[in-house]
Amino acid sequence: MAPDGTAKAIPAPAMRRAAGRSPGVSSLERLARRRSTIAFVMTLPLILVIAGLVAYPAAWAIYLSTLNRRMTANIGLDNYLFLLESESFRMIIWQSCFFAITAVLLKALIGFWLAHMLHHIPTRGQRKWRGMLLIPWVIPPALSTLGWWWMFDPSYSSINWIINVFGFPSIPWLGQPWWARIAVIMVNVWYGAPFFMIMYLAALKSVPEQLYEAAAIDGATSWQRLRFITLPMMQNIISITVLFSLIVTFANYDIVRVLTNGGPRDTTHLFATYAFQVGILSGNLPRGAAVSLFMLPILAVAAFFILRGVTRRTKEIA
Amino acid sequence: MADAAAANRDFPRVYGKVGSLHRERLWALRLSYASLILASLIFLAPPFYMLVTSIKTNVEMADQTLNPWIVRSPTFEHYAAILGNPVFLTFFRNSIIVTILVVAITMVISVLAAFALSRMRFWGSQVLATGVFLTYLVPDTLLFIPLYQIVGGLGLLNSIWGLVLVYPTLTVPFCTWIMIGYFASIPKELDEAALIDGATWPQMLLKIFIPVALPGIIAATIFAFTVSWAAFVYPTAFITRPDQMPLTIGIVSQLVRGDTFAWGQIMAGALIAALPPVVVYVFLMDYYIAGLTAGATKG
Repeated sequence: MAPDGTAKAIPAPAMRRAAGRSPGVSSLERLARRRSTIAFVMTLPLILVIAGLVAYPAAWAIYLSTLNRRMTANIGLDNYLFLLESESFRMIIWQSCFFAITAVLLKALIGFWLAHMLHHIPTRGQRKWRGMLLIPWVIPPALSTLGWWWMFDPSYSSINWIINVFGFPSIPWLGQPWWARIAVIMVNVWYGAPFFMIMYLAALKSVPEQLYEAAAIDGATSWQRLRFITLPMMQNIISITVLFSLIVTFANYDIVRVLTNGGPRDTTHLFATYAFQVGILSGNLPRGAAVSLFMLPILAVAAFFILRGVTRRTKEIA
Repeated sequence: MADAAAANRDFPRVYGKVGSLHRERLWALRLSYASLILASLIFLAPPFYMLVTSIKTNVEMADQTLNPWIVRSPTFEHYAAILGNPVFLTFFRNSIIVTILVVAITMVISVLAAFALSRMRFWGSQVLATGVFLTYLVPDTLLFIPLYQIVGGLGLLNSIWGLVLVYPTLTVPFCTWIMIGYFASIPKELDEAALIDGATWPQMLLKIFIPVALPGIIAATIFAFTVSWAAFVYPTAFITRPDQMPLTIGIVSQLVRGDTFAWGQIMAGALIAALPPVVVYVFLMDYYIAGLTAGATKG
């Protein structure tokens, strides 16, 4: 036998040549070199996050919601039936819908208006205004809501101070159900309107200028330009933004938690805050899971339409 | 004859129209500025009031006869108090640790995955890309109860490591989604040239894709940073021990207690906590906005 060095040197090329035929180590090596294998390895962490921390918990939530409080027996849909039969939960469904729909509509209208106003002023100044108007979106909402809470404070309300200056009586902001609901919506609109503004401004900028020139030659009024050029061109972005915001607003937690914590008398609870109270604070995890799963149908519908809108838009660009 | 008469008749109207158009435009501009000023006043009022409160003395704050919106004798005692409070500094440290780790994990996962999904078509890659977008739409408030059990099962309740584990559900889907968009916009000729020169996949990612898509990477990093800094639902659900709390829940649950609120300190703490995302925003505004709008306009 030759010394070790030569013994190794000779079989090596032979093995490589045989790689095409013989199974074993070499085919494993081939598998590792394949493009799809590399791609799979690169996406593996992503797949783990999605499967382990989103898909599995979502499925687990559905299973959990069919258990009894001690999680010892399967009670089918009893948690859902119990919730639907309770007067207070029906009010929470109503309040969640009222909150989300009102807030999203207001955010969309204010955002659309501001985007237009921003688009009209000379380009030089736009950056400065845009930067200022986006501030509410940048501050973590849990913290800015603390500021709002202090502004609504019953004894030292600075908002009431302004209202009094104009000669109107003070408003019991967080003390009465309707005012509390309005307060929660106000904070949400304050936080979310800048996002709509930025999205709509981006959309406005992408409308080709020639269309407006053509319309001006045809003698279109500003209303006609809005109705027949701007809105159709922005349609997709408007619907994507509205649906996306609908999901986020429905699932809102922090504003209600900090501002009213569901009060007065549970009138401002949303699905998320109520699920937290039932599931974590009262320790009834299955019923809490059932509460939060009431959001699922709305999410599914909105997600379907968003996905359709985004795919359509991708095709338009391509 | 008739033509000339018509022209004569029409000219004044044309001039009149031009004049009114000019006036119309002027009014539109005034309306724009008026709306923007009003909106800025309303949008900036809460942070301004937080600032005013944080530099007021307690005596001045308690005096209800004064205008609450102005401060007469500014003081920094609340800032000194909050920055000298070891509990607050612990919140700050926890937030920094969690955010840095989550941003790093997010960027590694999403850049690798986006590279693979945008360039190497493989079985199921299209489905996975759609799945990424759908997971972005699943809100944290739907997942916190099952995750409470899962995190509890791993023994990570009441620990910042539990937060490091679950925060990627907030950041990874969106970051991957916008990175796919940015990578897809890089011309194919660039990687073909690299392949001809004998570049391997890792070389292509490090030497071509990351440098070219740097604006996208910055936008995604900013997004991951702001989201993990502001996360509220998960820490509220998973953490009850003050020494493991990040800033958001720490300020809301620990500084706000009892009947007499130390409003000056709460506002000072909230402003300090809000500072990092605001600073990032001020300096990197264009990237911030690019990331914000990328979700719907790219991809």
